[in-house]
Amino acid sequence: MFDLLFFTSLTIFLLGLAYRFSTWFTRKIGLSGPPIRTRQRVRAAFSGVVRLVWGRQLLTVLKTLLGDILLQQRVLKEDFKRWLAHMLIFCGFVLLLLMHALEPVVSERLFRDYYSTLNPFFFLRDFGGAMVLAGVALAALRRYILKPPRLQTNRRDHYAIALLAVIMLSGFALEGLKITSYSEFQRMLEDYAGLDDEDEIQALESVWINDYGLVSPNLKGPFDEDLLTEGREVHFLNCADCHSSNRWAFTGFAVAKIMQPVAIALDRAGGLTLLWYIHILACFAGLAYLPFSKMFHILATPVSLITNQVTAPGRSSPANSLTRRIMELDACTHCGSCSLHCSAGMIFTARGNDYILPSEKITMLHKLAAGKKLDDRQLQAVREGVYLCTNCDRCTVRCPSGIRLKELWYSVREELLRSGPPLAPILTPYSFVRGLVMQDSLGADEYARPIAQARQAVAGQFTILMNPDRALPLNAPPAADRPPSAGEQTFARCFSCQSCTAVCPVVGNYENPEQVLGLLPHQIMCCLGLGLVAMASGARMIWDCLTCYKCQEDCPQQVEVCDLLFRLKNEAVARKALTRTTPPR
Amino acid sequence: MKFALFLGCNIPARVSQYAEAAQAVSQKLDIELVDLPAFNCCGYPARNTDHRAFILSAAKNLALAAKAGLDMMVLCKCCYGTLKRAEHLLNADSSLQTEVNRILAKENLQYGGRVQVKHWLSVLYHDVGIESVKRKIAQTYNGLRIAVSYGCHALRPSPITRFDDPVAPKIFDELVEVTGAYSVDWARKLDCCGAPLTGINDRLAMDMAHKKITSAREAGAHFLCTACPYSQLQFDRVQHRMTLNSDNAEPLAPILHPQLLGLCLGFDAKTLGLSQNQLDLSRITSFLMSE
Repeated sequence: MFDLLFFTSLTIFLLGLAYRFSTWFTRKIGLSGPPIRTRQRVRAAFSGVVRLVWGRQLLTVLKTLLGDILLQQRVLKEDFKRWLAHMLIFCGFVLLLLMHALEPVVSERLFRDYYSTLNPFFFLRDFGGAMVLAGVALAALRRYILKPPRLQTNRRDHYAIALLAVIMLSGFALEGLKITSYSEFQRMLEDYAGLDDEDEIQALESVWINDYGLVSPNLKGPFDEDLLTEGREVHFLNCADCHSSNRWAFTGFAVAKIMQPVAIALDRAGGLTLLWYIHILACFAGLAYLPFSKMFHILATPVSLITNQVTAPGRSSPANSLTRRIMELDACTHCGSCSLHCSAGMIFTARGNDYILPSEKITMLHKLAAGKKLDDRQLQAVREGVYLCTNCDRCTVRCPSGIRLKELWYSVREELLRSGPPLAPILTPYSFVRGLVMQDSLGADEYARPIAQARQAVAGQFTILMNPDRALPLNAPPAADRPPSAGEQTFARCFSCQSCTAVCPVVGNYENPEQVLGLLPHQIMCCLGLGLVAMASGARMIWDCLTCYKCQEDCPQQVEVCDLLFRLKNEAVARKALTRTTPPR
Repeated sequence: MKFALFLGCNIPARVSQYAEAAQAVSQKLDIELVDLPAFNCCGYPARNTDHRAFILSAAKNLALAAKAGLDMMVLCKCCYGTLKRAEHLLNADSSLQTEVNRILAKENLQYGGRVQVKHWLSVLYHDVGIESVKRKIAQTYNGLRIAVSYGCHALRPSPITRFDDPVAPKIFDELVEVTGAYSVDWARKLDCCGAPLTGINDRLAMDMAHKKITSAREAGAHFLCTACPYSQLQFDRVQHRMTLNSDNAEPLAPILHPQLLGLCLGFDAKTLGLSQNQLDLSRITSFLMSE
């Protein structure tokens, strides 16, 4: 039964790994020019690895292995408590894996006199377990109680913590029950001690009850000191050679103490078998689930960290860049560092769109790369999230997994801009970096089309002016949903001196400014005075405004011309429903 | 003298030499700069489409500085103007302030309007003082002609930014002339560099940059001088692209103010990150002469 379960989960694990690794070469995300076949990607990655081995970068790899992967410096740089939790889980788990889980393969072959019940192994197993448990407790504390700003916890995080917790808790419960178990005591007595003398057995039993946490249905303390002395002698002669004191298994011993009142009942009810099954099944489930869980980062993150160190940004071939992007999606541990430090943190708070946060973008891109289909609303939310980024690169600098998020965003942003309706933020300085950095690597048309589409979407149709028979609806009531804020009514002071238009460098840049810009600044103020807000917010002028504030500075009436244009841009975007209206949290 | 250093988003990612040079110079001038890692975007890009996101972003920064008990020194003029605008709106509208504070309270922050927001140039001019700067100068420029670009968002709207006289500003000129360089008088000194429309209307943005560069060149400037990452990137990287795409004359390279001053204070080109600028600045050291 054990073997069947083990080999089944091992097979799932291995097939899962093979599948997950293969996706690095088959899935696609972001912009990568002409289509690249899987074979090309494998070949490019392979030659990259060969170059790495032949080149002088092995030292860098070793340094990364030691510093970033084994000692986890990058996590330490983020937060000591997080590093501690991760190190406890990492070291404890490796210890348990080698010593305990792989007992027949590692411990028994390495040490001739190995007994799991003998120190130092007896103590170390417990120590490793306690480390993992403490680490899991710290991780749970951070995720569920302390909750750093913008840390999102999803299903995969819950599963990982729960699975580890079940494995560790069932292990300790099993150990604790074993310590108290009378049936286990009898089994060991028969298998190892081979005692016949009833008195000796009674003395030994008394010692195990008194000193080692055994709970017996026959005997109860306090015991006579002479009896205990005799029992210790018997223990020393028959048991001590292959069984250290149960107190060395400090956590299990503590659990045994807690279990004492129900120990006999549990033992009789077959609690040992039950706990053993829970423990083993949880471990096997963990093994089979690993390639599909966030625990896959155990393999993907080191690859990401090494790749980060040995490749220069922007130098990789398109094939390797694509492979790398997919691999990096697997390397994300959803730790939340990026979102904690995200410069757009308050923009997220204002808009309530999860995909503004880098950690949530990554999670969604992972799903998209796996072929998930989104409905229009979700897709638009993702597109907006990817665009509402201030390009400060902090996520890339901070990521403990060495993911070059910046490059991921650049590439994915362009891909997403090509699908779906226009995005308003493209008409704002969010686009500065796109214009500065991305423009050269894009075709002129690819670059300009999303901007033109957004302009088109916010442009007014001026239909009201096309029909000379229709009267203009003047003095329309102001929008009631929002009280006017400081300076917003200042257009009322405008007496059409046209100073704003005269000093505007945008107007001055064109021979026929009205043709290019639709309405000029003073005309926009005039529209506002007439209550024609929609008309004013349809003018191209507002999006070509450099926000240099010359108009406002020079206005003899202190009309806040430039700030009113800002307001109109807000209006236009809201009016054309180019904005998701999620209520803020 | 102690300030919370506000870098914004562009400087750490694309103009890190500005921060490095400013930090070196600050140390020399006994300005202590504190890094508050929780600072976020000033709100500038959000202003066009999402007023709320703009106000919240700005208010959080102001509240963070208040919590640290520090005034802010801002290197970017667009960040400066945005923070000043948000401050103005919050102070003028108590209901807005209440709403913002309700949200900030979740992060144990509160906006109270006590923090002073100052630009790098204002700190040097008003808090350190020209005379103090002068005393630290180890070597001056000789015959160097500089065209200072004031930067719209610091200068205007002047009732809110309170940076300098909007018509005849002088603090940038004086902070350049303290190095021995001559601050040329040029027609487009107070004009827009075009950066706000880079990525949105690149043609117009480049027209603006081109007009300024031509005007500075006509005034005989050897270099432009900026104190804003947006202007710097516009004159550096965008101008580089412009010269690549035309058979135009030599570019007119921009230098960041702390780089210009730093050379006179005895820092080497490496500390000031001169080579991180895209357009070549190496010629500038030939104007230096020892005292």
